[in-house]
Amino acid sequence: MKIVVLVKEVPDTYEARKLDSSGMLARTASELVPDEINERALESALRYQDAHKGTEVVVLSMGPESTVKTLRKMLSMGADSAVLVEDSSLAGADLVRTSAVLAAAVQREGFDLIVAGNESTDGRGGLVPAMVAEHLGLPLLPSLDTLEITAESVSGSCAIDGGTLVVNAALPAVVSVTERSAEARFPNFKGIMKAKKKPLAKISLADLGLSPEPGARSTVTAAVERPVRAAGTKIVDEGQAAQELADFLAANRLI
Amino acid sequence: MFELNEDQLALVETVRDFATAALAPNAAKWDETKHFPVDVLRDAGDLGLGGVYAAEEYGGSGLTRSDAVLIFEELAKADPAIAAYISIHNMVVWMVDAFGNDDQRAEWVPQLASMESLGSYCLTEPGAGSDAAALTTRAVRDGDGYILNGVKQFISGAGSSALYIVMARTADTGSRGITAFLVPTGEPGLSFGPNEKKMGWNAQPTRQVILEDVRIPAANRLGAEGTGFGIAMKGLNGGRINMGACSLGGGQAALEKTVAYLKQREAFGGPLINQQALLFELADMDMELESARTLLRRAADALDRGAGDTVRLCAMAKRVATDAGFNAANTAIQLHGGYGYLAEYGLEKIARDLRVHQILEGSNEIMRLIVGRTLAED
Ligand SMILES: Cc1cc2nc3c(=O)[nH]c(=O)nc-3n(C[C@H](O)[C@H](O)[C@H](O)COP(=O)(O)OP(=O)(O)OC[C@H]3O[C@@H](n4cnc5c(N)ncnc54)[C@H](O)[C@@H]3O)c2cc1C
Ligand SMILES: Cc1cc2nc3c(=O)[nH]c(=O)nc-3n(C[C@H](O)[C@H](O)[C@H](O)COP(=O)(O)OP(=O)(O)OC[C@H]3O[C@@H](n4cnc5c(N)ncnc54)[C@H](O)[C@@H]3O)c2cc1C
Repeated sequence: MKIVVLVKEVPDTYEARKLDSSGMLARTASELVPDEINERALESALRYQDAHKGTEVVVLSMGPESTVKTLRKMLSMGADSAVLVEDSSLAGADLVRTSAVLAAAVQREGFDLIVAGNESTDGRGGLVPAMVAEHLGLPLLPSLDTLEITAESVSGSCAIDGGTLVVNAALPAVVSVTERSAEARFPNFKGIMKAKKKPLAKISLADLGLSPEPGARSTVTAAVERPVRAAGTKIVDEGQAAQELADFLAANRLI
Repeated sequence: MFELNEDQLALVETVRDFATAALAPNAAKWDETKHFPVDVLRDAGDLGLGGVYAAEEYGGSGLTRSDAVLIFEELAKADPAIAAYISIHNMVVWMVDAFGNDDQRAEWVPQLASMESLGSYCLTEPGAGSDAAALTTRAVRDGDGYILNGVKQFISGAGSSALYIVMARTADTGSRGITAFLVPTGEPGLSFGPNEKKMGWNAQPTRQVILEDVRIPAANRLGAEGTGFGIAMKGLNGGRINMGACSLGGGQAALEKTVAYLKQREAFGGPLINQQALLFELADMDMELESARTLLRRAADALDRGAGDTVRLCAMAKRVATDAGFNAANTAIQLHGGYGYLAEYGLEKIARDLRVHQILEGSNEIMRLIVGRTLAED
């Protein structure tokens, strides 16, 4: 079994996110770390590996050279090898470009299962896993809260309005997991010391047989920071509170 | 030597993540309720904190002493009392790993390194503390075993530990008549005193270890007869710099809290950090902590290399760092005004925990004795 985990490096969410002057997320405004959702994705893969020796877990990322740090952390948690797709023309790549490049890279790598996070914690569309699956012509099990992998198939459950969906697919397949999925382990000291000896391949677009093209077909025309939260409406009960509450909800089309 | 390498940065980051998630949110509660969190220690074991510088052969992490001081500083930022117990445990694991035979290492190191089992270091006695070579606990040869009698005082982890390394007298020849023994818990005749009520270190137990005709097989002797005092002192070299690192972490946390506090506390028409008298206090704290850090790294490096002046440097670093850490915590209380005195702000706990680092693993007077003697002997 070979599992490829898709990983994105994001600014640490403990710190406030900031936009730069062009309206893009300022990635250097806070420390860059592996997206927590990807650590959970890796955890799902590692749990299968713990129980099934011989399972190979590869972490794959598209990003700048600095992403090596994030990949090393995933290697120290237990992944066997890492692949970084790095190309200056990929800076600012949009969903379409990103998913095409990732699909080409996982195809080059080979896999039985691809595990991704359902959406990243920084700039997000929540569509990359689906688009990668589409490129590969494979089934997608999206936003899984639980995940079970067997030699031939993958299954899990995801929350939907008013219920839970239990889904499964034969391998090969693509799945994405939510922040309710497996809690990630801490890397241990031995893992950290071993990580630097594990293979980390850097590949370019040329290695993937892709030609450089603009990273994004879309253009950002404007971006605004989320407005500061204004104080809410306070209703003091002077005998009319129930009516006022109902009016408020109705006025806002909430009832 | 002054810049951390990539591995060290990654180690520190992992320890910080663990300490922030598993220790910091609970430290005040454990202190108040005198709870020894053995379950969390087991998680620490998964990280590799149980045998930081024990060899990988039997499950240690195989890191250096230079790595260890970074690790203990980071742990102590979250909880000095737990960090310090982990240091004592590491001293025990290392002694078994470094001086034990293959059978002893194979039996004990795996369970200790994973922290499924805990270890205690039993040197001090009611009548012999600083003058440890005067200890009177006796081990008498009895066929293929030894019979141990005596009382060990102030033993960290006692009652919870699975393994007690007991330094006992096998001959009346001063420090050369002392031998180290591996005493597993549950041996008939082994019992513990009540948990001492103390100023700090409340998250770990301190008890007497009482040995009444405890019979252990000769195979439990650690090293040859008469080598116990040397083994105990070698363990302490590393223990001392780790304890210094724990003080450094506590002091650093106190400094950081104080800087943040003085930036937002307003009095006399502006933030208190604008008072130069207070800024100078912060600068002194920073300077003393950084000097201590530098000396600790140097001592750890000497220990890694087995340098000739290791004992002297470890003694210096222990004294300088434990004083700097306590002073920083005490000053932090002062700079927080009345709030520093309240438990809620977490500073008085740091000071209470760090206070004992100036007393144990060789009091700071004994550190001066060690350094002074090297001057007088030259
Ligand atoms: C919370 C706690 C946990 C501990 N854990 C352990 C443990 O796990 N294992 C263990 O074996 N021990 C442990 N100890 C014991 C500790 O190491 C001793 O308390 C310490 O070595 C001091 O010995 P003492 O208390 O007998 O003081 P004493 O030796 O009686 O010293 C009293 C004072 O005299 C000073 N002094 C003594 N001799 C000299 C000298 N020659 N010159 C100048 N000054 C001198 C000392 O510095 C001290 O200030 C612990 C102690 C405490 C409080
Ligand atoms: C247990 C306890 C009991 C108390 N009981 C009483 C009581 O019964 N009645 C009562 O009225 N109060 C009481 N207090 C309050 C006590 O008097 C105040 O805590 C004290 O005056 C300090 O004020 P503060 O805590 O606001 O510190 P702050 O004024 O915020 O000072 C913080 C730090 O800045 C320093 N600092 C402040 N201004 C300057 C400056 N201009 N230059 C240099 N340094 C400066 C201070 O010395 C301190 O180190 C009590 C406090 C405690 C802890």
